Amino acid sequence: MLREGQIRIPSGCAISGIMNKKGRVFGGGDIINSIAVMHDRSNGLGGGFAAYGIYPEFKEEYAFHFFFDHTAIKNEIEALLKKNFIIASGEAIPVRKSNSIKDAPLIWRYFVRPKHRVLVKQEVDEEEFVVRFVMRVNSEIDGAYIFSSGKNMGAFKGVGYPEDIGEFYRLEEYSGYIWTAHGRFPTNTPGWWGGAHPFTLLDCSVVHNGEISSYDANRRQLEMYGYKCVLQTDTEVVAYIFDYLMRKQGLPLDVIVKAMASPFWHEIDRMNKKEKEILRAIRVVYGGFLVNGPFSILIGTNQGMIALNDRIKLRPSIAATKGDYLYVASEEAAIRQVCSKPEHMWMPRGGEPVIGLLETSQPTCVPVRTEQEKIAINS
Amino acid sequence: MSLKSYVTPSFLIERNKDRCIKCKVCVQQCANEVHRYDEEDDEIISEEHQCVNCQRCVTMCPTGALTIRRNPNELRQNSNWTAEAVRAIYIQAETGGILLTGMGNDRPYPVYWDNILLNASQVTNPSIDPLREPMELKTHLGRKPDSLSIKEGKLQKKLPPQLELELPIMFSAMSFGSISLNAIKSLAEAAKQEGTYFNTGEGGLHRDLYQYGKNAIVQVASGRFGVHADYLQAGAAIEIKIGQGAKPGIGGHLPGEKVEREVSETRMIPEGTDAISPAPHHDIYSIEDLRQLIYSLKEATNYEKPVSVKIAAVHNVAAIASGIARAGADIIAIDGYRGGTGAAPLRIRDNVGIPIEFALAAVDTRLRQEAIRNQVSLVVGGSIRNSADIVKAIALGADAVYIASSALLALGCHMCQKCYTGKCNWGIATQDPHLAKRLNPELGAQRARNLLRAWKHEIQEMLGGMGINAIESLRGNRLMLRGIGLTEKELQILGIKNAGE
Repeated sequence: MLREGQIRIPSGCAISGIMNKKGRVFGGGDIINSIAVMHDRSNGLGGGFAAYGIYPEFKEEYAFHFFFDHTAIKNEIEALLKKNFIIASGEAIPVRKSNSIKDAPLIWRYFVRPKHRVLVKQEVDEEEFVVRFVMRVNSEIDGAYIFSSGKNMGAFKGVGYPEDIGEFYRLEEYSGYIWTAHGRFPTNTPGWWGGAHPFTLLDCSVVHNGEISSYDANRRQLEMYGYKCVLQTDTEVVAYIFDYLMRKQGLPLDVIVKAMASPFWHEIDRMNKKEKEILRAIRVVYGGFLVNGPFSILIGTNQGMIALNDRIKLRPSIAATKGDYLYVASEEAAIRQVCSKPEHMWMPRGGEPVIGLLETSQPTCVPVRTEQEKIAINS
Repeated sequence: MSLKSYVTPSFLIERNKDRCIKCKVCVQQCANEVHRYDEEDDEIISEEHQCVNCQRCVTMCPTGALTIRRNPNELRQNSNWTAEAVRAIYIQAETGGILLTGMGNDRPYPVYWDNILLNASQVTNPSIDPLREPMELKTHLGRKPDSLSIKEGKLQKKLPPQLELELPIMFSAMSFGSISLNAIKSLAEAAKQEGTYFNTGEGGLHRDLYQYGKNAIVQVASGRFGVHADYLQAGAAIEIKIGQGAKPGIGGHLPGEKVEREVSETRMIPEGTDAISPAPHHDIYSIEDLRQLIYSLKEATNYEKPVSVKIAAVHNVAAIASGIARAGADIIAIDGYRGGTGAAPLRIRDNVGIPIEFALAAVDTRLRQEAIRNQVSLVVGGSIRNSADIVKAIALGADAVYIASSALLALGCHMCQKCYTGKCNWGIATQDPHLAKRLNPELGAQRARNLLRAWKHEIQEMLGGMGINAIESLRGNRLMLRGIGLTEKELQILGIKNAGE
């Protein structure tokens, strides 16, 4: 049977995310409890988490999380890493053996910085070099897969129910200021660890519920700009769109979400002249990045967390705030499980983003326009 | 001594004498003078040699007394020398001329649209009901920049000029001369009402049509007929016609008989003279020459109008299209080998060029490989027969389609393929005022409009079924397509999977 990457497998899902906008870290227990409530939204064939702020001791290094099929490939990769990077540390990611998680690959992490002379030789900046390295390993090297590559963040995922995956990776031992989680309901049985969410590139992670009908239009657009969609998953496409629009094009967040979930033309027609001109330009130029079909996504970055629905809200998502915390989940119960009395709770409309940025964020490539937008939550 | 013709009539006309009331409608309606009333015998006689099977008399007969059928008379069976092959030789032996024809290639080549199936949503992904939800077909044609610069809520640089279409369908180039003014008025009005464009062909823009300038694509072809500053300014976009699917590599010829006063004024040529478009543009012998013409036209119109370049789908179409994109065109129009024509040499129409399905797939793939797909919009034509063909074309990678034969059918054309005779009984491909009068432009506009609206609804239904609510999410979305009955190679060129995969 073909595994994910060789064939496209649609899936339904549950998602949940929690962030502290002051950047204070908290343990992984809450996010596990939250996603566990939505057990029935996944089917045991994929679960995962992304956590930000978990590696303060290596915050200048890129944290590569690897799946290896066997030791030989691990040795090969380590040689490749040594050639291109200064490795600050490398170890097996600590896991807890359990009955519910089977057939785990070798799971390792390395904290690395690209060697200066390699960058000079290739004439690219650090991030671009890392992106190309990840693309190369994932598309060209059999038996090795990088599933996390950002600074001071990490993805943890595998085949199983999300709460079991959380326990397996001992996430309660980590502390982060943003946690996102995913439980997967693929309509096929890939049984491949790389296929689980979140999908990440640099510090951008995506968990996603839905099936993107515009997949191939998006994929072909991205491939024009050098991305290789090796997994054939919707989530991968969303992550790349985000990376392209944010990192490569340097677009403001509000523009990115408007490109991915554009207002309808009849709404644009009612806007004032200035807004109309911008929105028209976004749709005309970035039409290939419009994400169509049902989706509810949570995007994590070092700067904050963004939730977005498709334009006509074909997948559920609900948001809440309490104190410095922002919650977004597929179901209200998942929020109430970890936050008994939210101060605000709302159902974002289709195409209406929830943008939660850290108060301390100093976005380099995310030009934020207003103070209001920076601290809060656009409701 | 004149030669006796060996060509037997292609059609038989059957007149039901019980029904015929001798009202002579058929006599008056037939410009080919097939029907004749004999006063002495009080009888209507039909001369079948002249009949082109345009169905005008059949449709207009008040008692339904007429039937036209293929002449059942048969030559001796021969799989190699078919009746058609033999007949062509008789005609050429009698005339010594090139065989002429009209409309598109009618040979039984595969129609690849019919070997492609569309997807629909089930369970994992809801279909969207266009009766209840917005379903957007708005399309923009023109060069798209690689990126936008937005600072402090303001767009730093304006978008290059774009044609805005309410639906991804435009009327393809048909000149005044090849078709009647009433036919053009019908299409122009329909384009205006439905928010799309018609194309002047190389016949210039008749003074009555300047009011439709905002919905006109004005063509500049090798004969340069009717091209002047006001003409260029009047249109919403300019199209350089290099070639046409029905007759790639050759020019055009509007016989002097069709060049009456209005045509002569619009084309800016003397009345009664032949209007001959050379095969190449004599100022375009290379891609760099094309670039010069593109930029001359842009200069002439202050960079306010997109410039399109229309080519026929030929073997090397992908590389040619890439060159055209790099030469500065904003839109590339590709016309497949089944595209129609007012007049073309039969052998060229039937044997030159490639299917639009392959050409489109190859061009879209090539432009993406070169990362320049966003620099041009792709418009394809060359036998778009229905809304499903359009959905498939867009999923293969087109931005919009051109329709011409379908549009003329909507106006009443019956595909008799005799457009080049100028005796179109439906008032479409003629300049004879008596015939042209038969097409009322108001009613024609209504028919053309209805066709656009019907197809729009159908496209919306198909899109919704796929779980898509904006046409840009279908563009190049080849996963929505599956092949049936195609070879590995054909699937590979189309870039689609087989049904069941």
